Amino acid sequence: MAGLLKKKKRQEAEIPTASMADIAFLLLIFFLVTTTIDVDTGIGMTLPPKLEEDQEPPPVRERNMLKILVNAQGQVLIEDELASVQQIRAEVKKHITNNGVDPNYAESPQKAVVSIKTDCETSYNTYIQVLDEVWMAYFELWDAEARKLGYPNYNAYRATLGPDDENQIRKIIPAQISVAEPDC
Amino acid sequence: MASQHFKKKAETKQGIPTASLPDIIFMLLIFFMVSTVLRETTVQVRTLLPRAEALTKIDQKRLLSYIYIGPRKMPDGRLGETRVQIDDALIDDITLIRTIMYNKLLEQPKLIVSLRIDQDARMKLVYDVQQELREAGTLRINYSARPEAPAS
Repeated sequence: MAGLLKKKKRQEAEIPTASMADIAFLLLIFFLVTTTIDVDTGIGMTLPPKLEEDQEPPPVRERNMLKILVNAQGQVLIEDELASVQQIRAEVKKHITNNGVDPNYAESPQKAVVSIKTDCETSYNTYIQVLDEVWMAYFELWDAEARKLGYPNYNAYRATLGPDDENQIRKIIPAQISVAEPDC
Repeated sequence: MASQHFKKKAETKQGIPTASLPDIIFMLLIFFMVSTVLRETTVQVRTLLPRAEALTKIDQKRLLSYIYIGPRKMPDGRLGETRVQIDDALIDDITLIRTIMYNKLLEQPKLIVSLRIDQDARMKLVYDVQQELREAGTLRINYSARPEAPAS
């Protein structure tokens, strides 16, 4: 009887774990090789929703719209005046923070719209440069707003927001960029 | 006395304990498994991205869907005409994009469309593709761009 028990004990099945590390290493090396750590970076935009057939685009007062025109050669017109790409940032900031002072610029940051219109033959690179300048103007204004609230910069403020929290800075200065149909 | 001393030294095992090795490796493995996004497409067009400053990072790679626009890479190394590529296929008819993207949106309602467009592409095509995206209802887009080169 006692001998039977002893025999049963000896038959205990065990999985050999010595090769476990090797198997794991193999898988690890596979994922190490296939992983791309580089994060995608880009300029985020939200397209306007599709309009119904009979629907007119919402009206924007002339003074609230800052018109930036870019032609095929990469030359820039801001409000029908020849300008350089580097000037866009300052102009956009002036437009948004005007608060109704200058009659040619926006009434308030909430109403300010920046419109970018290109030519059919404008290169994408030029368009991105212009768009980048406009976004940088917004980022700089948001940074300034964040500093008023006691944060070092806008990203620090955004990091404190939960997924459902309202972004107060973007409520004060909403990014309103409209991309018009290219001229052909 | 001397022999006793030697005997003691010989008794101590100097091996590194390897029992936890599989656990450590598994931990690393799981990290890489989670962070891996397998590249499933071959890009048939050149996408030399423009440079920009106002960049944001996209952390939720799983929400991303890519549209590639650029001059087609020919087998002989030359560049062909500008084409649009979604997944593995080149799109011949631009108006097909709305159906493709609409179906993707149904699968992933929080879809972000990453536009990887070559810097030499023309705005006419970019705008037409954007109009298709509006038709499809995929309104969140992202113009992929590289960070500005450090000033030398």
